[in-house]
Amino acid sequence: MNYGIDQDRLIEIDSILREDLIEIGVDYVLMIDTAGNTIAKCDSGAHSYDVASLAALAAGNYATVDAMAKIVGEQEFSLLFHKGENVSIHFSMINEEFLLIILFGKEVSLGFLRLKVAEAIDKIRALWK
Amino acid sequence: MAFINMRTNEVQVKIVYYGPGRGGKTSNLEYINKKFRERIKTEMVSIKTHGDRTLFFDFLPFDIGKIKGYDIKIQMYTVPGQVKYNATRKLVLKGVDGLVFVADAMAERRRHNLLSLKQLQENLAEYKKSIFKIPLILQYNKMDLKDRGVPLLSLETLEQDLNSKLKAPSYPASAITGENVVVTLKKIISVTMAAIQRELK
Repeated sequence: MNYGIDQDRLIEIDSILREDLIEIGVDYVLMIDTAGNTIAKCDSGAHSYDVASLAALAAGNYATVDAMAKIVGEQEFSLLFHKGENVSIHFSMINEEFLLIILFGKEVSLGFLRLKVAEAIDKIRALWK
Repeated sequence: MAFINMRTNEVQVKIVYYGPGRGGKTSNLEYINKKFRERIKTEMVSIKTHGDRTLFFDFLPFDIGKIKGYDIKIQMYTVPGQVKYNATRKLVLKGVDGLVFVADAMAERRRHNLLSLKQLQENLAEYKKSIFKIPLILQYNKMDLKDRGVPLLSLETLEQDLNSKLKAPSYPASAITGENVVVTLKKIISVTMAAIQRELK
């Protein structure tokens, strides 16, 4: 079973990712599906990453954490975040099919990022209403 | 579940190499990675145990160019073969478009092939997919061991055991020498692309 997302929606997703996340100083934003496909990507131009591999690993990572949550009786672990010295990765679920992966440096505060991520996710969800 | 990006005219296709442990799934990808090194832009990703066994998956992206104006991006995965890792195998199968079942032709591995194929059928069923409908190629690996005196299952036995109902294209192969590795890859890509195109109509 194939699926596509129409061009208008992809353009809107791109502008949401750019305005809400790249504009606050985030390096890279990836919207992926849970099978590891890349749906949309946006970057500040500061870094280049191997996006296909990141998407595959991020989908796997998310699925693994989700499975761990079920084992200990949690519905989900709502905050999934890897902190590095220079680059950190923040994962969030948009809906059952899509995930948002954000790579950012030390100049962005986690609290502010989480606020903006929540806003961006609300806007993306609204595109399907 | 291939993803079609209408904006960039790109189709992302997921092909999974499945089969019993130590059957040669990772070796297939390693051979492809070496053979097509100049066409693959990134490093192969392998999540392994200390003992060099696949723990989660291997991942190799492969661009095959354009078909009908669409850029086709093949994403190849393996699963961990060890029996205890079925939860992980299921995760990797999510959204699969095409499958290569790498069977181990060594006589002593006969039962493992059967169990692995049966489990593949069950795992696909959990995603509401039928092993009889999904693009599938069987590969009988380790044919090179015949020359080293290792007892192998005959092709007739392998066909009878694994392919009597499936009737999928099948190839004797050696992931180590490269025999039929590229043939298998080309076949699964063409069968999968044909299935995707049928759905696009």
